[in-house]
Amino acid sequence: MSSPFMAILVRDLTLVGRNPGEHATTTIIFFVVVTTLFAFAGNADLSLLQIIGPTVIWVAALLAAMLSLEGLFKTDFGDGTLDQMLTSPCPLSMLVSAKVAAHWITTGLPLVIVCPFMGILMGLDFELILILTATLGLSTPVFSLIGAFGASLVVAHKKPGVLLSLLTLPLCVPILIYSASAVNAAAAGLPITGHLSLLAGFFVLSITILPFATAGAIRITAGS
Amino acid sequence: MLEVRNLVVERDSRIVLQNLNLSVANSEMMNLTGANGVGKTTLLRALCGLVQLEEGEVLWNGVPVQNDLPEFYSNLIFIGHENGIKGELTPLENLQVDRLIQSNSSKIEIREILESLGIGKLADKPCHFLSAGQKRLVALGRLVVSSAKLWLLDEPMAALDVRAQKCFLEILNRHLNSGGLGIATSHQPFAWKQTGIVEKHLEPGGVLK
Repeated sequence: MSSPFMAILVRDLTLVGRNPGEHATTTIIFFVVVTTLFAFAGNADLSLLQIIGPTVIWVAALLAAMLSLEGLFKTDFGDGTLDQMLTSPCPLSMLVSAKVAAHWITTGLPLVIVCPFMGILMGLDFELILILTATLGLSTPVFSLIGAFGASLVVAHKKPGVLLSLLTLPLCVPILIYSASAVNAAAAGLPITGHLSLLAGFFVLSITILPFATAGAIRITAGS
Repeated sequence: MLEVRNLVVERDSRIVLQNLNLSVANSEMMNLTGANGVGKTTLLRALCGLVQLEEGEVLWNGVPVQNDLPEFYSNLIFIGHENGIKGELTPLENLQVDRLIQSNSSKIEIREILESLGIGKLADKPCHFLSAGQKRLVALGRLVVSSAKLWLLDEPMAALDVRAQKCFLEILNRHLNSGGLGIATSHQPFAWKQTGIVEKHLEPGGVLK
């Protein structure tokens, strides 16, 4: 814990560790429950589950990742720690990136880890599970980055709830489309390197642009 | 030296501060009093760049702060109305984070700082167990963690008992003796004997007297 980036990252991880009920566990429980409910509702019809499985897992993961976004900057705004970050000589984009990294580690990463088990539940092939997990691994960081940008726009709102989803979910749609088509292509026996490269491209694009956009947005929204 | 020229600040499309001018020289602490809602907090936040200015400029050592914000921020400690500490973290952890995201950090051990503030025993207790005054002391610990020259403090003495106030006074004295400066808002004139205190009163509309 020696650089400002690590200071904020470790701080946010510690906060989640001391308050696990708040969002980290909610995210993963939501994901597992929704996917399991689909498995029950599918009447244990394995052929049906195999068809809808990847889509269900994907949509559940996307919605789960959105659950914990609201508090990302709001709690810091409320207790004055955001003011400390804003008046720090370190670039705000760096501190924002640290917060996004902590958000991904506590919400995105668990989703990626649990995803294979949900794949087994849906009766998917081993190869398909692998690809599904890979697409989630590439996309969940993008969700955290886009989500943080959305959250930065509503920092000063009392109850942003639906507004936040309206802002962020449309931006996640391209990623959803390419991930879903990667899985479909793999199921049809087609190559998927193109899909995965595009997803990696989305990741690189968002990690280079969004921390700066988020930092800029926070300076404006927190000051008005 | 901090200078403010023709500052105009709006809140909710209402002008709170109009054509405000002030300057604070080195080794000077401005004790800013004024009625509730007159704009003391807004003024401090505007100086920190946390509220957008409609017009006017803030100069640090003669240079507009907008020209080099990181340089200005490396000389600034802001303690707002909220303490800026996390309830789940201990005073030690809170100040460790502050030390790392502020520059100009002093070499003093954080435990020693907490000890000197009289809350050494609470160093490893989560902050939400602390009383309002004790939390304020943790926030004031930032003034020792960093050796920044400019302090902008929003009611630093709020909730402090007499012993803690004396503690703050000692830190303030050292700050002013080493050429530091700042602005602190308050609801009463400065009650302690201290050289370098400049009393100012903010009137509605942003008139400084």
